[in-house]
Amino acid sequence: MKQKDVKRMAGRREGRRGGRKQLLAITAALIMVIGCLAACGNAGNGEGGNGSGKESGGLTGSLSLVGSTSMQNLVDALSEAFMEEHEGVTVTPQYVGSSAGIEAVSKGTADIGNSSRNLKDSEKESGIVENIVAIDGIAVCLDPANTVTDLTKQQLTDIYTGKITNWSELGGSDMPIIVIGREAGSGTRSAFEELLGIEDACVYANELDNTGAVIARVAATPGSIGYASLDAIDESVISASLEGVAATAENIKAGTYFLSRPFVMATKGEISEQSELVRAWFDFVLGEEGQKIAANAGLLTVD
Amino acid sequence: MRVCSQWTEKGFIMKSIQCAHKKKALVEMSAQIIFTACASFAILAVVSITLYMILSGTPAIFEVGLPEILFNTRWSPTSQDPQYGILWVILTSVVGTFLAILIGVPIGILTAVFLAEVAPRKLAAAVKPAVELLAGIPSVIYGLLGIYLLNPLMYRLEQIIFKGSATHQFVGGANLLSAVLVLAVMILPTVINISETAIRAVPVHIKSASLALGASHMQTIFKSILPAARSGIVTAIVLGVGRAIGEAMAITLVSGGSVNIPLPFHSVKFLTTAVVSEMGYAEGTHRRVLFTIGLVLFVFIMLINVILNRILKGSGEKRGE
Repeated sequence: MKQKDVKRMAGRREGRRGGRKQLLAITAALIMVIGCLAACGNAGNGEGGNGSGKESGGLTGSLSLVGSTSMQNLVDALSEAFMEEHEGVTVTPQYVGSSAGIEAVSKGTADIGNSSRNLKDSEKESGIVENIVAIDGIAVCLDPANTVTDLTKQQLTDIYTGKITNWSELGGSDMPIIVIGREAGSGTRSAFEELLGIEDACVYANELDNTGAVIARVAATPGSIGYASLDAIDESVISASLEGVAATAENIKAGTYFLSRPFVMATKGEISEQSELVRAWFDFVLGEEGQKIAANAGLLTVD
Repeated sequence: MRVCSQWTEKGFIMKSIQCAHKKKALVEMSAQIIFTACASFAILAVVSITLYMILSGTPAIFEVGLPEILFNTRWSPTSQDPQYGILWVILTSVVGTFLAILIGVPIGILTAVFLAEVAPRKLAAAVKPAVELLAGIPSVIYGLLGIYLLNPLMYRLEQIIFKGSATHQFVGGANLLSAVLVLAVMILPTVINISETAIRAVPVHIKSASLALGASHMQTIFKSILPAARSGIVTAIVLGVGRAIGEAMAITLVSGGSVNIPLPFHSVKFLTTAVVSEMGYAEGTHRRVLFTIGLVLFVFIMLINVILNRILKGSGEKRGE
């Protein structure tokens, strides 16, 4: 009896141990399969990239662009087209803000720092070079029901400094003006305030932290006024004309529309000192095709 | 033969017991190590976060000066003569959280009473999952609802209240009150769930005794059950305060985002939303001051936790004695 019991116990234990072993084996097998798949995938990609890279001039590697959120539309379109042309190249854009982008390129964590404002003197002194790749227009947007659609520079200044607070003062309906802007540090905000000469004098009712939020808020709030990059404006808002000049790419190119700013791709040192890949990028961006893309994004091209 | 077999049998049992003992000791040991490792991971996180906040938050204090940050009311970090005063921002967080608690806690506790004591079982079974669902809704959804439902309503109210006012800056409904209402809703699930658990944990004999003495059901709830559940309800309030003061995503969408005196119809900026909205583009001292704001928030939450726990629970224990 006892012997049988013991045997049964031992057997049961073995069985349990066996079960555990089985589980372990299955897990291990799974891990191996997944690992193998991942490795194969990587290898495949790598080979594919290298192979076609050789065909198109041998450019390989990855290019990192970090910076302005305002430049997202442009940079996305550029990097897509660039990667199509050079299949061995991966362009990885990040949109974290102009200052963060310049900081990244000066620290060497990014190849190119995107900035939607001119570089500051302190930044230029630290060896960062300002390469303007396009010029952006800032559009003033109004809610769709607004009857005032043209503003003078003086009126715009008075609205943003709080001197004019009701649309009736501008010939519109009796409705309070809700002044919407961007947060401190935003490239669009500093460009807007600089262009109007009203730095630190703006009285914002709403400070929102991205372009999309500004447009959404303006579209949803009767009597509101906001500003955003021209290429981000959609049909949900009215884009006001300034001094009788509509906010269009043609007018920005013609120089008659006064709210515009540069799009900068900053590098550490001159372009000629950069790696082959970065030089190829700038050749592309400043070349015919790149400028065509910029133009399609509603930007002013550079010569 | 028989003796021998018995001997071996005995030996085998002994051996297997010894073996099991060894194995057990191994399991015990390794379990203990795993538990210690897990616990030290959490402690490591707390310590490193604290250290990081102090290290990255203090440089700006030396640069700008603590009173200049804490007691100055002007926040213009990007101007020629930058000002880093966050007094209004701090007060906004304090007032906003206080008002949210003022609205949310009574509703939360009474809902908990309803669920635990008043509601018929079937109704409670329907309400409870709804409350749990409320806890699972991402904060950005609360913010979006705030933008599309609350802000337009607030704007209409603003237009009625401040009609013809020359001094009021119209903000289109994105104001402190909107943020407070969103926060009040957001703390509800925390307050309800924890209070309900506390109320359910009150020993039945307290309720029975109260009822047996002739107290009505409502008298029993307010005079016996709620005081007995006090400690748990305090925990609910503390966690509610923590959630309200730490929330950023939802209120950044509805609060307007300008730095102003925290009055109900002003567009305001909270400690959390200041960090969230400006970190992306900030640089230099501005960026470092944002870390200091983070440090202020961190110290704030710590203080609130300690003080609320001490005061509310401490006096409860004294009364208990």
